[in-house]
Amino acid sequence: MSPKIATAGNTGKKIRSDCFVTLELKDKGGIQIEQKSKVEVLYGKANIELCKDVLSFYGIENAQLTLDDKGAVSLIIAARIEAVVKQLIDTDKEYLLDFIEENKYFSEKDQLRFSRLYLPGNSPSMMLNAGIHDPNGIILDLEDSVAFDRKKEAQLVVRNALRGINFYGAERMVRINQFPMGLEDLKYLVPHNVHMLLVPKCEGAEQIKELEEKIVEIQKQHNIERPVLLMPIIESALGVEKSFEIATSSENVVALAIGLEDYTADLGTRRTNEAIESFYARTRIVNACKAASIQAIDSVFSDVGDMDALRENVKVSKGLGFEGMGCIHPRQIKVIHESFAPETVEIEKAKKIVNAFIDATERGLGVVSLGTKMIDPPVVKRAETTINLAINLGLISENWREDFLNEQAS
Amino acid sequence: MVPTEINGEEVIPFQGVGKHKPTGRKYAPPIPTAIDYPDDGNKVIGTLKEALQKCGLKDGMTISTHHHLRNGDLVSNTIFDAAAEMGVKDLVWFPSASFPCHEPVIKYLEDGTVNRIEGSMNGPLGKFVSQGKMKGTAVLRSHGGRVQAIQDGEVKIDIAVLAAPSSDFFGNGNASSGPSACGVLGYATTDFMYADKVIVVTDNLVDFPNMPMEIQGNYVDFVVVIDKIGIPEKIVSGTTQITKSPDRLLIAELTAQFLQESEILKDGCYMQAGAGGTSLAIGHYIHQILKEKGWKSKLGFGGSTKYMVQMLEEGTMEHIMDAQAFDLDAVASIANNKNHHQFPVFNAYNHHSKGNLTSMMDIMILGATEVDVNFNGNVATHSDGYLLHGIGGWQNCLHAKNVILPIPLFRDRIPVIKDEVTTICGPGEMIDIIVTERGIAINPRRTDLIEKMKNSSLPVKTIEELKAEAEAICGPSQKPTISDEVVAAIKWVDGTVIDVVRKVID
Repeated sequence: MSPKIATAGNTGKKIRSDCFVTLELKDKGGIQIEQKSKVEVLYGKANIELCKDVLSFYGIENAQLTLDDKGAVSLIIAARIEAVVKQLIDTDKEYLLDFIEENKYFSEKDQLRFSRLYLPGNSPSMMLNAGIHDPNGIILDLEDSVAFDRKKEAQLVVRNALRGINFYGAERMVRINQFPMGLEDLKYLVPHNVHMLLVPKCEGAEQIKELEEKIVEIQKQHNIERPVLLMPIIESALGVEKSFEIATSSENVVALAIGLEDYTADLGTRRTNEAIESFYARTRIVNACKAASIQAIDSVFSDVGDMDALRENVKVSKGLGFEGMGCIHPRQIKVIHESFAPETVEIEKAKKIVNAFIDATERGLGVVSLGTKMIDPPVVKRAETTINLAINLGLISENWREDFLNEQAS
Repeated sequence: MVPTEINGEEVIPFQGVGKHKPTGRKYAPPIPTAIDYPDDGNKVIGTLKEALQKCGLKDGMTISTHHHLRNGDLVSNTIFDAAAEMGVKDLVWFPSASFPCHEPVIKYLEDGTVNRIEGSMNGPLGKFVSQGKMKGTAVLRSHGGRVQAIQDGEVKIDIAVLAAPSSDFFGNGNASSGPSACGVLGYATTDFMYADKVIVVTDNLVDFPNMPMEIQGNYVDFVVVIDKIGIPEKIVSGTTQITKSPDRLLIAELTAQFLQESEILKDGCYMQAGAGGTSLAIGHYIHQILKEKGWKSKLGFGGSTKYMVQMLEEGTMEHIMDAQAFDLDAVASIANNKNHHQFPVFNAYNHHSKGNLTSMMDIMILGATEVDVNFNGNVATHSDGYLLHGIGGWQNCLHAKNVILPIPLFRDRIPVIKDEVTTICGPGEMIDIIVTERGIAINPRRTDLIEKMKNSSLPVKTIEELKAEAEAICGPSQKPTISDEVVAAIKWVDGTVIDVVRKVID
């Protein structure tokens, strides 16, 4: 006999913005709903209506549903009820709330990815306010932060979050599970404007190919043309050796990230703050990315209390050629942004070089020189990158050269 | 509409800000004579019960206490234990604030020993009152409003029972030493000056003269010595740590940035911030800005904390004036730093006086459980209608030049910005800026600030926009079911009734 009682969600003293739902299917007696909510006075009626609506959507006529609510918003309650229903009856139907207008934006292949904030996929409390801290990207995580027996309910939470939570312009990323479960995750993500997928434990181009085939299949069903960007995560010795192959496996691979916890475990060594043990892997990955003209993204820094150490860490990371790193706490975002951004001296030097280059081009000169010094083309290119980055970050204006020339004149 | 009678006494409804001007003279206690007191100055008596008996405790009297021992107060409950033993009924308890540790008073409210509480209500007491279980109607006043009510004779204190961390036999008391040292006794001044009878309760009897004499012995009738007046770890406030919540830190950062860009924060400014986690974070950021600029705040008004003490010691603040100390660093600083002054709330907040400190403050950081689109603020009730907080100095502080409320846009799905607040504790015309994690709203009356922030990169929005944003996230909410029965009156700083709280129906 199939089970008749199912539960989903979280409860407990420290749980906020979440709920715990128990559903028992019955043979008769209609729908009985029992609610215990800390916001019952304000949302009790709305919650009951929502419970009834979801159950009726799935054609359930006789059941006892218990909602233990700690101030969850509708899209979370709905995800929890859908999760219990799907444990008890076999259905592919999806109970979808509105896809909000604010979430209809896209990301670009080469946009800034200094910071990406990890959010555990089955913990709604951190999701509502994630975007206000202004990370370049948010990652709804279905992999390591979700317990194995909670994977399915997390898929629904993440799907509903992609539809209904405003992340205020951050790139919308999801870290999927390792295959084959990771392939199962896709149908909850691809139709809901996920910008980028992080692919854990990536060890070869064939993985990316398999993933993209599945993505395209879902996209066709939903008439979606815009590609989903990919950021494979290199977390093993084999992955490091295959990094260039992975970086060039698809035009949708726009960055490689390194995951140091698993990598150091694979090496049989210990992760240290100095990170000498991963020096080879990191430089190897940076090199592979640059060779493939994509971004190299560093691992997370796990001591969330030590901002000075984080700052140092980012400096080293930037020095090696990385262009971003993961965050596990919102307070890390600002430090990471400040540390990856070009420094004032860097910008001033870049201005002089780019100005000299424009000047030389306008005068039809083949050689760029600054004072008595000749400037090589790669130096010009690097200076241009710095200037563009500074403009992007709002550190200088797009018309910086006018001010620059005025200053020179005076 | 608010009633014109509370607890059988006529009250004046709120007339508008600065509209109500009372006439007449201040209240005065009866004239005592030294003939009735021991020539050797020794007023020590055996027990609190004995002292209460000698003070003539009887039915219907008003007993006042101060709240400097906070949630570690071991004295207040014992007053009513003694009163119950004596069979006295219908007392009015008039504390400067109550705490969860005063839950035992509920049994005396139930058995008729106590008729009602007039004072700030917290936790279990607030819940008891909201459910309509208290016989009399609660009256909530601000700290300054309490002083005003005593001075104007609205509340006549029959017996003030004042816990003192140290006292001599004559009744000179202070709070800077002893096992229950709490720094200052700024809320006790009005009580000993205006009460008919004054009992000092101490667990630290010291030699005469006990200096400084925050409680002045020549106002005191009896001194009672007991084993322990307070639990030290509960005397310090539970909230004197900078918040670790990233969302609240963001609000604090936005607030400090706003203060800087609007030039409200300037060299020599007067400031006050509370002891909540977000306020402390704002203080910390202000400290950094002052340091960077080489500025200093001329004056900080307490309740002080270790963070304010740090400003004093690092030279970004010149003086601290203090009616209460929130943590042990503040207690120590009062004892050791000559620029850290004890300053009674009587002088700081009283609206019926020849001016006071509040209107001089440049920066005033306050909290609120709710605000509405007209900027009215609520600090006494939650959105579910329950009375769960005291007013504290909040209403008084609204008189500052720039009143800033840094608050989250919603708390666990409960939106903070409403069409109408559940209870009006402060009129919107006095609240200038609301800073949330999703944007900053400036009161439309402050055209000067709106003009100044025109080109700011900070997220300045209208309060309606902020409200809509919260509603989009939390969903539309229903209204709580409230009956017509009045359970508490909210007084304004001038003694008029600005709003009432009604019984909640579960």
